[in-house]
Amino acid sequence: MKLVFSRPESMFDKQMHYCPGCGHGIIHRILAEVIDELNIRERVVGVAPVGCSVLIYDYINCDMYEAAHGRAPAVATGCKRVHPDLIVFTYQGDGDLASIGMSEIIHAANRGEKITTIFVNNAIYGMTGGQMAPTTLLGQKTTTSPFGRAPEREGHPIKVCELLSVLDGSAYIVRGSLSSPQKIIQVKKYIKKAFETQMKGLGFSLVEILSMCPTNWGMSPTKAQEWVAEMMENLYPLGEFKLPRGE
Amino acid sequence: MAEKLLMKGNEVLAEAAVRAGCRFFFGYPITPQNEIPEYMSWRLPEVGGVYLQAESEVAAINMVFGAAGAGARVLTSSSGPGISLMQEGISYIAAAELPCVIINVARGGPGLGGILPAQSDYFQATKGGGHGDYHLIVLAPHDLQEAFDLTVLAFELADKYRNPVMIYVDGFLGQMMEPVEIRDPVDLSNIPPKPWAITGAKGRKRNLIKTLYLEGEMLEAHNFKLKKKYEEIAQNEVRYELYMMEDAEIAISAYGISARISKTAVKILREKGIKIGIIRPITLFPFPYNVYESFSDKLKYVLVVEMSMGQFVYDVDYGLKRKVPVDLLSHAGGIAPTYEEIVSCIMEKFGKGGN
Repeated sequence: MKLVFSRPESMFDKQMHYCPGCGHGIIHRILAEVIDELNIRERVVGVAPVGCSVLIYDYINCDMYEAAHGRAPAVATGCKRVHPDLIVFTYQGDGDLASIGMSEIIHAANRGEKITTIFVNNAIYGMTGGQMAPTTLLGQKTTTSPFGRAPEREGHPIKVCELLSVLDGSAYIVRGSLSSPQKIIQVKKYIKKAFETQMKGLGFSLVEILSMCPTNWGMSPTKAQEWVAEMMENLYPLGEFKLPRGE
Repeated sequence: MAEKLLMKGNEVLAEAAVRAGCRFFFGYPITPQNEIPEYMSWRLPEVGGVYLQAESEVAAINMVFGAAGAGARVLTSSSGPGISLMQEGISYIAAAELPCVIINVARGGPGLGGILPAQSDYFQATKGGGHGDYHLIVLAPHDLQEAFDLTVLAFELADKYRNPVMIYVDGFLGQMMEPVEIRDPVDLSNIPPKPWAITGAKGRKRNLIKTLYLEGEMLEAHNFKLKKKYEEIAQNEVRYELYMMEDAEIAISAYGISARISKTAVKILREKGIKIGIIRPITLFPFPYNVYESFSDKLKYVLVVEMSMGQFVYDVDYGLKRKVPVDLLSHAGGIAPTYEEIVSCIMEKFGKGGN
């Protein structure tokens, strides 16, 4: 019998702790597939964030750090400067990257730090129980924006790809979505290209991924995926915002 | 080649780090320690190392975390307000048991305070500063030769115990100049191997550097493990100087620049026939409590001289088991104690009728 589907070698055989319908499991899997396909497991280093995906190191089998909240790009910088031949990625959520760690991500990108960031945007704080994120949509209700996010009260959603793509140090900035199987396949291609950008020494790369948080959104997994397509993709357009020089 | 050079304190600290094998520096400018990053910005490329000016002290200490985790000898330096910002990272580095060296060229606080020298970060350096149960090894030189030698030692101790080490000096030591013997580079072939470091999982099981322990039992076990390490450090690494203490009936206790100033005072007081000496801790953690205890039945008075409003004095009092009367001579905010002031302080108490 021909084997058509199996666990990526870069993944541990372990049941994940994520809620049903959460996007992290999908992203972990395609990330591991990319690591396998590029054959870089023994050269890759991951930096985990604070948030639901802090435990990514329980699932991805490579050298890893766990960083303080928002500081993953600084930790990745320290590692990469010591070992320029390693391939270093950070995995960060919207609170980690776009709120407490905004300074670290902007400056890592602006320095052209040769690292790759996987930025998971689900428009809410998952681990702490559904509070407002910098990426929470206008009108979206969370436990700390109970009346729906209003710009005059809570400010506007932050568009990370748009922000980072104007910096001279960023090389590849792209936004994908998990709202359909086709888009998930596309995200995998983006992740691969981001790693290749780093491996070519071209500079900083970031893949933003619009993802679901059914539990904190109070929706079924199916409805949550529809919400990503209808609401999030409307505010956060998909596609490549910045291509490596020469492309 | 070892050579004697007239150098500024901050540059002595930086050159000592290079001679100790430090090849990575991450920092952010703050007065009065800017000569350290400035020196490193040209010196490290010269020896094949990396200098990087971070966007903040918060980022700098986390770059240190990343580089230390990657197995490098790494340094950062700052002063009071910047060290405060680093506290988050320092707690994580201690929790993850990573070796690194942090220099605090202390200035007057609290708040923005000022850029003049002080010793008022004593609690922060020795009693935590960041969250959780952890300790730094804290070294407090009182002249520039000692600053050089203790910086080399700092990297050794950091690697030996996989623990952050702080070199705690004040702005006087950072800014003053004096001749220093610049010793030869250390032999790095004796550095203990770092099989735990992040180097890519080639040919081995992957390494993981983390500080999260969600189960109470595991977190407590980790804390007991750290506690055991601190006890081992306290057992092995206490350093101090006893100055003219052989027949002393009264003592001054001070560290860093305050101790150096006190030495002049002691010389003058000895000429006046007063049997006085100095107990000077060189390691502020581990603190030489036992040394103080050994003098607790011999001394009739101790004057603590510190450039803070009474922080160091608590450890002295604790060490003496509260058996000896202790007074405090405080200055802070850029004002140093003068030896005349120390002399008159002692003379007022013991001058009449001699000792």
